Amino acid sequence: MASEFGLKPWRLGAVLLALAAALSVLPAKAAEPTFPELTGRVVDDAQLLGPDVEEELTNELKALEDKSSDQLVVVTLPSLQGYPIEDYGYQLGRHWGIGTAKLNNGVLLIVAPNEHKVRIEVGYGLEGTLTDALSKIIIENAILPKFRAGDYAGGIEAGVSDIIKVLTGDAAEVEDRAKARPDADEPTIDWLMVIFWVLMLSWIAYSVYRNARYASTTGKGRGSGWSGPVFMPGPGWDSGSSGGGWSSGGDGGGFSGGGGSFGGGGASGGW
Amino acid sequence: MLATTDRYFPNIARVVCLLIVGAALAGCGINTIPTLQERAKASWSEVLNQYQRRADLIPNLVETVKGYAAQESKVLTEVTEARAKATQVQIPPDILTNPEAFQKFQEAQGTLTGALSKLLAITENYPDLKSNQNFLALQSQLEGTENRIAVARRDYIAAVQDYNTEIRTIPGRWWRALLYPDAQPMQNFTVAEETTKVPEVKF
Repeated sequence: MASEFGLKPWRLGAVLLALAAALSVLPAKAAEPTFPELTGRVVDDAQLLGPDVEEELTNELKALEDKSSDQLVVVTLPSLQGYPIEDYGYQLGRHWGIGTAKLNNGVLLIVAPNEHKVRIEVGYGLEGTLTDALSKIIIENAILPKFRAGDYAGGIEAGVSDIIKVLTGDAAEVEDRAKARPDADEPTIDWLMVIFWVLMLSWIAYSVYRNARYASTTGKGRGSGWSGPVFMPGPGWDSGSSGGGWSSGGDGGGFSGGGGSFGGGGASGGW
Repeated sequence: MLATTDRYFPNIARVVCLLIVGAALAGCGINTIPTLQERAKASWSEVLNQYQRRADLIPNLVETVKGYAAQESKVLTEVTEARAKATQVQIPPDILTNPEAFQKFQEAQGTLTGALSKLLAITENYPDLKSNQNFLALQSQLEGTENRIAVARRDYIAAVQDYNTEIRTIPGRWWRALLYPDAQPMQNFTVAEETTKVPEVKF
């Protein structure tokens, strides 16, 4: 393309470099909404909740996480920035990484009072428990009646308590999820790496052995001075545990997501 | 003694060189093409998965609506036919790099989306149906599935964009020429799902 303009090679290089630089910026997705900061389990940017309600909710949400490892976050937004709430919701969940990376067990209760929209956004891992239909029922029966009466705090509290009921409803399943949590930190062995290193070591041993034999048969010295590949870099399987670990601080302000992902599960409603 | 170490040195150096070269190659993108390719394929599976989920929900929905709005047989038949067509579309293994097959798939699913939204629009006229618990559950599942389809499509679009950009730009282009000549650019959704939807009519 550049050669049509009769550019000299070095110029062509410069053009290519500029192109490369331009392209490296391109994949950054255009038009992403901006997200509020994850300041805690209750992010009340639209100022709908009093401090006492906020604290009460935070305690409930923390208790839920302690019990089941599920992370539920309540977020109120002054604006959806022109996006449908479904669009905004899953991106916010991914941005914050609510839920663990392994279980994707995060839930967001999103309230946008100015757009009159509410949504329960369910992480991949909980879609089977907190189904779309259940989310819809919670929104229609617990949340919206109170919202319509102007009682935002009451609606949010009712919604949270219902979501918690659903998430902890099946005791056996809740236990399973809670049990699965410590596993997330367990290192997994990367068998390919193990095989690679075994092959590598045997190859080294073999060539050392051949060298030693060569040396001893030709009498040009003995191979006994060599005692193995001492400066091999450490084996690679300690790096096997992958993915963002469990990083929710739990106490007080140290709350953060564990890298969970969302795929659009849940339901929305409006009033 | 010195001579001995000298003789062994090339051996060790060889190993070290190999390790360094390996690490350097991994660092400068030799793995990028396969990584992005796998990511795009995984995203595609999710798209298929969600479309399948939608197809699975439809027979139940049609049955429920029939119970309350049998006179809307035209719309109901349309949905059933569109579903049959969408599920019958052959998905060849190379669909991602085969523009024709991809286009066909996309059209079939788009038609179904249109028929479905028409069906959901007419249900507005049947208060009994709208208060039926079974229908409400199905409707919310369908809404959720449409939403998941939208998310899966968007993830796929992003993954393919990354992959196509990688194989068309340097250094990915060089790696492709050198090691992955089979890596073809993948097809992406051209028509936004929304534009194939029939505008909702409220009476």
